[in-house]
Amino acid sequence: MQLTQMGRTGWDPFAEMRQLQADMNRLFDNAGVFPAAQAYPPVNLWIGDSSVVVTAELPGLSAEDVELTIREDTLTISGERRQAEEAEHAGWHRRERPHGVFSRTIGLPFRVDPDQVQAKFDNGVLEVEMQRPEADRPRKIAINGN
Amino acid sequence: MAQEMTTTAKREVVPAEQGEVTRAAVVYRPDTDIYETEDQVVVVADMPGVAPADVDVNLERRVLTIRGNFHRQAHDGYRLVHAEYGEGDYERVFTLSEEIDRDRIEASHKNGVLTLKMPKAESAKTRKITVKAA
Repeated sequence: MQLTQMGRTGWDPFAEMRQLQADMNRLFDNAGVFPAAQAYPPVNLWIGDSSVVVTAELPGLSAEDVELTIREDTLTISGERRQAEEAEHAGWHRRERPHGVFSRTIGLPFRVDPDQVQAKFDNGVLEVEMQRPEADRPRKIAINGN
Repeated sequence: MAQEMTTTAKREVVPAEQGEVTRAAVVYRPDTDIYETEDQVVVVADMPGVAPADVDVNLERRVLTIRGNFHRQAHDGYRLVHAEYGEGDYERVFTLSEEIDRDRIEASHKNGVLTLKMPKAESAKTRKITVKAA
């Protein structure tokens, strides 16, 4: 509910228009009707004190199907999502799962050490943990008093 | 080949069953492929993050409900700075046609993908009819 000063100024037509505009914006923001295309795979990025974790939803794939490349402060995830052989000659009722070759490069917030990377696959979710090189880590500097 | 592979944001749904939900998780509609071969109908649903033990397939009369419960992975000491997908449960309901042999439905779950193989009943299989020369 929008609060308007009804008492002194009477009915405010602009308040109703603003309300209508806000309602319309919310309707389109939710975008449930026409979801926008987004890069594959979708990723989440987590940051810790000296490491960064990238998780990606890659259902149906396992460790052998995905290639990870690290170069300075970028991580590239590439692979291919195939569909079942028998499906090629089948009659389709619904086809929503994306398939094909993918490659995605994600910019990391800092340089990472390629020798200290841990990656695992868990029920179709890829998790890559990367460490910041020792030399790049932020250091606390003590301030000397007089 | 040149086409870039994309996906769309996960679609959130209101759980099919009436009444209050006792879990405070968001429910998504899994992306699903359904195709039909000569002797079976196959349903393939993407439920990333769901372990095989947490998948529930329920058939009540003609209504097939698939559900996957998600267990949040703790990222202690980390904070989420960029998110392109949400984490939550999955649920989707299908109505089966009469020609499915309901006693022989097979379900398997691997790498976050649920596959349901539903054999067609004998009476519904396609048959080739030989044409005799008159």
